Amino acid sequence: MPDTTAAESESLAPPSESALREAIALDARPARPSPVSTTLTFAHRALLKIKHVPEQLFDVTVTPIIFTLMFTYLFGGAIAGSTAEYLQYLLPGILVQTVLFTTVYTGYTMNTDITKGVFDRFRSLPIWRPAPIVGALLGDTVRYTIASVVTVALGLVLGFRPDGGVLGVVLAVVLLLVFAFALSWIFTILGLVLRSPNAVMGVSMLVLMPLTFASNIFVDPATMPGVLQGWVDVNPVSHLTTAARELMAGTAGPGDVAWALMASVVLTAVLAPITMRLYRDRT
Amino acid sequence: MSELAVEAEGLVKHFTSRGGVTRAVDGIDLAVRRGTVYGVLGPNGAGKTTAVRMLATLLRPDAGTARVLGHDVVDDADAVRACVGLTGQYASVDEDLTGLENLVMLARLYGFSGPAARRRSTGLLGAFGLGDAGARQVKTYSGGMRRRIDLAASLVMSPEVLFLDEPTTGLDPRSRNQVWDIVRVLVRDGATVLLTTQYLEEADQLADRIAVVDHGKVIAEGTASDLKRSVGQGTVQLRVADAARRGEAADVVSGALAAPATAAADPFGLSARVPDDPGAADRVARILPALAEAGIAVPEFSVGQPSLDEVFLTLTGRPADEGEAA
Repeated sequence: MPDTTAAESESLAPPSESALREAIALDARPARPSPVSTTLTFAHRALLKIKHVPEQLFDVTVTPIIFTLMFTYLFGGAIAGSTAEYLQYLLPGILVQTVLFTTVYTGYTMNTDITKGVFDRFRSLPIWRPAPIVGALLGDTVRYTIASVVTVALGLVLGFRPDGGVLGVVLAVVLLLVFAFALSWIFTILGLVLRSPNAVMGVSMLVLMPLTFASNIFVDPATMPGVLQGWVDVNPVSHLTTAARELMAGTAGPGDVAWALMASVVLTAVLAPITMRLYRDRT
Repeated sequence: MSELAVEAEGLVKHFTSRGGVTRAVDGIDLAVRRGTVYGVLGPNGAGKTTAVRMLATLLRPDAGTARVLGHDVVDDADAVRACVGLTGQYASVDEDLTGLENLVMLARLYGFSGPAARRRSTGLLGAFGLGDAGARQVKTYSGGMRRRIDLAASLVMSPEVLFLDEPTTGLDPRSRNQVWDIVRVLVRDGATVLLTTQYLEEADQLADRIAVVDHGKVIAEGTASDLKRSVGQGTVQLRVADAARRGEAADVVSGALAAPATAAADPFGLSARVPDDPGAADRVARILPALAEAGIAVPEFSVGQPSLDEVFLTLTGRPADEGEAA
């Protein structure tokens, strides 16, 4: 590929002085854009990246399919007596796991921006400082939504029947997106602190394993040893999963939903300022 | 308003690593007049990039102060960002996006409306010879195109001050000349450019004033001719027609010049350093008649100022390209 492009560049005319002048001249400087508009520009960038590198959606489409099929048919019979019954329990949980695993890309992408120098260009602009990060997180919700749609659609095909109806499923997905946004701040921190995108990926997985597997996503924690149960009970992912299950089943009380929302607020309130501090002082 | 576009006093930045504390920038003073090109010249690892990153508000100085167009880079960082453009190894465009998308995004971030952002970006792409490449992802660009899109990206807002961090490192001569031409146009139109380079020729070609930086310190400052003069008057270079007579010619030259002549690697070549005293020019003028009198044919004869390479060698005791790795 580089060969053909180098040849093409030769045919391009060198910049002419008058054209250059004209292009650079600026009569009036536009007013500074609002934080919202700036953030949306960065969200748009994330979408453009998906358009140009659609391969990055491979993970969010194929992983949920593999996870759902594998866990349903591998453990369904053993855990719940039948795969149909297990699917009813598992699907909301696998949805949670799929989306949470997708959040690591946030840190990965950010670290790639740093190593490639794109990040410094953004930092040299006179813009609302959190915009590149918040915009990227917003753009990532598109990824989460795709993962959610794939998972729920496959579940429906396999026989998952949410009694909460369309509204229940939509609410569960929205709650999940809110939590994923909040959790992403962990990965923005890792993205800022670690040296390479691959290191971010590795460490992020270490964070996610205990959060997702040591929860009530796959099995009822009743059979777990006491210590583990203790963790599962305080693990916000367990509450999120319970809330998603209840919303999809149409039986949601305020308890776990509130818990999940609260956890989102706390995560953001604590981690977002740390991220911004690291962002500002990055060397 | 101040005459100075960029001023720095006692800038210091150190980094802690396993090897201990590195003083990457160890007390740098700079004063860049408006509408001029200022060259910061030094080998890899001299602290050039760190200094520019501090001036562009990307790094906080550990000590010292710096102002860009009168705005403090720490206390008034946003005002600095509003009037500065940055291009360099560490400030780049997004490779996954097309050239046009990159520029439109930046224009939007500067506050241009959608259609205005598009107009401006298309105009810049055309002016930088990237009109046809605008719809392609930047990762497919050649090195020269890549550097031009980086430059275009830093000009979206017509910055009054432009920081160029090693703008031509790794470019072929043709692309390098294009970048130089762009810089010249910008400065003619009133912009101030601070560029770092490890190429002595680049500083010589573009910069009104040059600071030579080594180990995080400015070791010399002035115009290119100031720096050259500080090393000596220059050198006499000549080629004899008959290699066998070079020794004879060397005697004639050193006799006329009252300074030793040295043989070059080329068997016909001869050079002599012009001594730094008032009568030297007269003695240089006597070389050719003396050679003619001795019957030695000299097809080539020139008197040149010392190259910046010689300046660097004299100032640091080592050639410019033997700096430590960054």
